[in-house]
Amino acid sequence: MNIKINTTFQTTLVMVLAFIAGFIIMAIELLGGRILAPYFGSSIYVWGSIITVFMLSLSIGYLMGGKLSLLNPNLKIYGGFFAGAALLLLPLILWSNELMEFLFLQIEDPRYGSLVVSMMLFFLPTAVMGMIAPYSVRLMVQSTHGSGHVAGKLYFVSTLGSALGTLATSFYLVLWFTVNQILFTMVATLLCAGIAAIMAGVKSADADAS
Amino acid sequence: MIMFKQAPTIWQQIRVYLIVVVVIALVILAFDAAAQVGVRYIHQERSLYRNIVVTEDSSRRCMRFTITSRIGQNQSCRYLDRPVELVFPYAKMTLSSLLVQDNPERILIVGLGGGTLPDTYNRLFPNAEILISEIDDAVFRVARDYFGFEETDKIRVDVGDARVFIKRAGLRGEQYDLVILDAFNGEYIPEHLMTVEFLEEVKKLLPPDGMVVANTFSTSRLFAAESNTYFEVFDEIYSIRLPNTGNRVVVASMQPLPDQDTLADRAPAFQERLAQFGMDITEFPRYMSTEVTWDADERILTDQYSPANLLNN
Repeated sequence: MNIKINTTFQTTLVMVLAFIAGFIIMAIELLGGRILAPYFGSSIYVWGSIITVFMLSLSIGYLMGGKLSLLNPNLKIYGGFFAGAALLLLPLILWSNELMEFLFLQIEDPRYGSLVVSMMLFFLPTAVMGMIAPYSVRLMVQSTHGSGHVAGKLYFVSTLGSALGTLATSFYLVLWFTVNQILFTMVATLLCAGIAAIMAGVKSADADAS
Repeated sequence: MIMFKQAPTIWQQIRVYLIVVVVIALVILAFDAAAQVGVRYIHQERSLYRNIVVTEDSSRRCMRFTITSRIGQNQSCRYLDRPVELVFPYAKMTLSSLLVQDNPERILIVGLGGGTLPDTYNRLFPNAEILISEIDDAVFRVARDYFGFEETDKIRVDVGDARVFIKRAGLRGEQYDLVILDAFNGEYIPEHLMTVEFLEEVKKLLPPDGMVVANTFSTSRLFAAESNTYFEVFDEIYSIRLPNTGNRVVVASMQPLPDQDTLADRAPAFQERLAQFGMDITEFPRYMSTEVTWDADERILTDQYSPANLLNN
């Protein structure tokens, strides 16, 4: 009986966290344009670079997240993705200006300049955030039947999160806060999400052991 | 005793709303049609960044960046029979900044439009080197093909983002006596060209007697935000604002600004030279002011905080 309540709780937790991840991915993608503009302008190819890197890193993240979900899937590893993404976002806040300053001097063509910078700033955190989606499906399938239905629900919450992240950032957040304030909030949110997942994971492991 | 009439049903309310909406739509269409009378479409294209439309009526040829025509959306116009004369007040206000600082030898203009400003400055200062930074190759072509703009050994165009151009020009140690910022149209503002950091980069290009002249906004919260942003980088600014225009031209200099009386004293000497552009320069000093007429508490714009388009709503 105890285990059944626990699995419903796990499903809800995973859905909430997947929503948060979806929200943050798109918020950061939008802010990417802001961050690159002072060095590479806001031409169409700057957006091209950013979107290319996000799609590429997400695709690789999906692949790796799916692969990792084969070995002993649990909430602790899942929480680790969030914490890891939070840490990997720190260079974007702390050193992006120095990096862009350096590459601005090295690469004349703003197309390749913006592509290289996007790759260095966004690839790792976004790839790790991409691992969250397939891993979420696995964690939910454990507790429910019908994997197609589960995947559908998961895509629903995470893409809804992305839609709201885009809207909130472009309509309101940039009007109220600085880019770094928004990014720090995202990092803090990811860390809290990660800790919550790890704590829930530890609890359910204890429950399984007893 | 007062008897209330029965409240209108929801359908009656909807009908009233529908009628109001239709009437408003018809009025707008009628105005649009009236504005279009006698307007010929010369050229229309969709570039990477915008739509470019060239129109002509009996008196002038214009470039605009929107498909639908509403009054006041033209980017650039020239009179067919008097091509030298300036059509827009903002162009005349820009020119009146010569009262603050005359005889530029190297001029940087951000935003080409129909090439009116480069041609005007070239006519006034034939020996000055003029460099134009324009993001849209298509605007350059349209200026050349439909507005008689030409690159010469004195006038050159760099196609690319102005922020990138100015950063690189600063690294190369280039200097411009006069920098004109004219990249903002009413529809969309490149937000990275309206921040403290950008103005600092522009300032690096200015020699000790250099001057920045910017065509900016005069309404909405953006007016205050932008003004405060200029004040953050420069000690003082002149705002030039003719009556009945939606534009304001900002002048900031590396030198202390001369006072209004000095500008008025200088004006007569310019009158004859500037008359060909259809302006009486002696009219301008009274509209040039160092007074702060905006909310000095509005947040300044930085690379970290630059919601210029949202503030302009």
